[in-house]
Amino acid sequence: MELSMVLLIPAVAATLAGIFGNRAHAAAAATLIGTLAAFLLSVHITFGPALGVHGRILGLAGWLSCDYLSALVLLLVSFVGFTATLFSLGYIGSAVKAKGLAGTARYWVRYNLFLLSMLAVPLLSQVAMVWIAVELTTLLSVFLVGFEDNPEALEAAWKYVVLTCMGAAFALIGVLILYWGLRTSGAGEFTWAGLTLAGPRIQPAFLKTAFFFILIGFGTKAGLVPLHTWLPDAHSQAPSPVCALLSGVETTTALYVILRLLPVLTWIPGHPAGTWSVSFGLISAGAAAFLLLQVKDYKRLFAFSTIEHMGIILVAAGLGGGAAHLGATYQIMAHAVTKSFCFFAAGATLLITGTRKIDTVRGLIRTSPVAGISLMLGGLAIAGAPPFAVFISEFSIIKAGLAAGHYVIIGLLTLFIAIAFCGIMYQINKMVFGRPPEARAAYRLPATCAAALAVAAIPVVLLGVFIPAPLHHVLKLAAFALGR
Amino acid sequence: MNQLNALAGGLFILTVFGIVGLRQVIGCLRLFVMQSVLLAVSALILGIETGSIHLFAVAGLTIGTKALLIPWLLYRLLSHEIHARREIRQVLNIPTSLLIAAGLTIFAYFTVRPLLDINSSAFIRVNLPIGMGGIVVGAFAITMRREALPQLLGILTMENGAFMAGISIAPNLPLIAELAAAFDVLIIALVTGLLTRRIHRRVGTTRVGDMASLKEE
Repeated sequence: MELSMVLLIPAVAATLAGIFGNRAHAAAAATLIGTLAAFLLSVHITFGPALGVHGRILGLAGWLSCDYLSALVLLLVSFVGFTATLFSLGYIGSAVKAKGLAGTARYWVRYNLFLLSMLAVPLLSQVAMVWIAVELTTLLSVFLVGFEDNPEALEAAWKYVVLTCMGAAFALIGVLILYWGLRTSGAGEFTWAGLTLAGPRIQPAFLKTAFFFILIGFGTKAGLVPLHTWLPDAHSQAPSPVCALLSGVETTTALYVILRLLPVLTWIPGHPAGTWSVSFGLISAGAAAFLLLQVKDYKRLFAFSTIEHMGIILVAAGLGGGAAHLGATYQIMAHAVTKSFCFFAAGATLLITGTRKIDTVRGLIRTSPVAGISLMLGGLAIAGAPPFAVFISEFSIIKAGLAAGHYVIIGLLTLFIAIAFCGIMYQINKMVFGRPPEARAAYRLPATCAAALAVAAIPVVLLGVFIPAPLHHVLKLAAFALGR
Repeated sequence: MNQLNALAGGLFILTVFGIVGLRQVIGCLRLFVMQSVLLAVSALILGIETGSIHLFAVAGLTIGTKALLIPWLLYRLLSHEIHARREIRQVLNIPTSLLIAAGLTIFAYFTVRPLLDINSSAFIRVNLPIGMGGIVVGAFAITMRREALPQLLGILTMENGAFMAGISIAPNLPLIAELAAAFDVLIIALVTGLLTRRIHRRVGTTRVGDMASLKEE
């Protein structure tokens, strides 16, 4: 019941936003109320008694289901969905006014539909339907990426749709082979739970081929190197609140599908799925760390950091073991809340300075203390400085890997994390401090943008020093779902 | 029946090569329609042979969306593109592209070979390698073509390839999944078609391969 409600809310909000048409304020209000309701409902699902007792909630006659891993993704999507709505209120208004763009109402319709597709990914239980939901997250966000309607944004949108659809076709054949393997092995439902149960009875050849194609396919969407080329473009050209959703949680929903398959394959001798995940993860983290060093655009900086984080999560999930899995779920959470905050800070900077170039932004802390402090906070938090959540999750992954004796892998990972840290902090430092280039006319940040920054900052600051016990419980059980 | 299916499969892979090698957009679009009809024929043959009602639905959906609705949609959205008499620009010349495509088809066969040894009916032996070939060669077409509509046709070819394999290996997927997949393909065509039109209006060209303002220095 709650599960279908979560999906119903953005659908209703999208319809309302469509009906309100030109009255953009009404459409925005409907979205704000809708996303807040969806977030509160997700909190209720995640921490409510039903999930605690059974460990799983079913809805719509088995078409929807929610266990702790889904609940974690659901919670993160709905939280970022809410803060990004808050940020959009001021940002889209300013962007539309400044550039004479048409259609804030259309923005809200698309925003709600995009959110709907992302909320559906963790909740759908049928694997075939999950594939469709992931594909829809791309298709429903293409025009959000191209919202600013200039050649660069359209180029980014084109690369985004072509490469991720190409990935989706590879993932589709993977899903079909998985189904074939399941049918050949006898019975079992084609759901996540059914697959995990039937896993050991399915011939390894099916599982390995299926996993390979799904890793490539959805890995494209999660931004794994070498199929990441669309990601920095799309994540830098989209309006900043959309970037927060794309980078913070859309990549996570794609990765979620890969993570769901890992426990199905763990029994195969040699654990090929783990090896592939670790190799892809290391390559992504390494390539992103070096590409970070040469960016000229601060939104691209955060986009490359997303690729790095996806790589780290995949390495942790691939290494296996309870401690590494806990590190992976912790990193998923830390990444989602921190990266969305970073993009809000980048959006605020863009509103104030009007440029994406790192070289032209100096002394931000004097021009605008709010944006300067946010950018510094976001930079420190995402780069993994203590005492923020990303530091703790990366530290626990490194610790778990060392305890299990994966010295080479962890050594490389630590090196990449350190390089990325220096790259991010070097650029952010230059932007925040120093002498402002010239006296620009004072620009006041819209109140809703500041409010969004404040709300999004709460978990960023808090989760590094204090994790509420129920949340820790959810993270632990979500990590449990990654293993058998 | 099996030979008829093999014929449909053989013609299917020929149309896939055509998507890589044809010089004009309208020819590519016609080939895509033929390809979709062949997919429907294969689904029909398999449906008759296995008595699965789902495959008849797949055949109907394929004809409805891919052979009728999508071409109509693209004609409406992009008629100036489709009727352009110029040659499609590509990264490699056509003979080389076709040679690589042939190599990729053989590669695709070897990737599914271990699966064919475990479980295979005569139909799977035809459809799975051909479908996989369609996927890989479709991906290759996307990277080779530098223009918007041919790239879109590459994506649709990949989807067709996946379905070609799917009708043989997963004939009993829930009907709602098939409906949703057909709907999904339609949205791909709609979204990319609209985006292409917008790029044409805004940038003045649909040579998306030449758009390279976003890259690392």
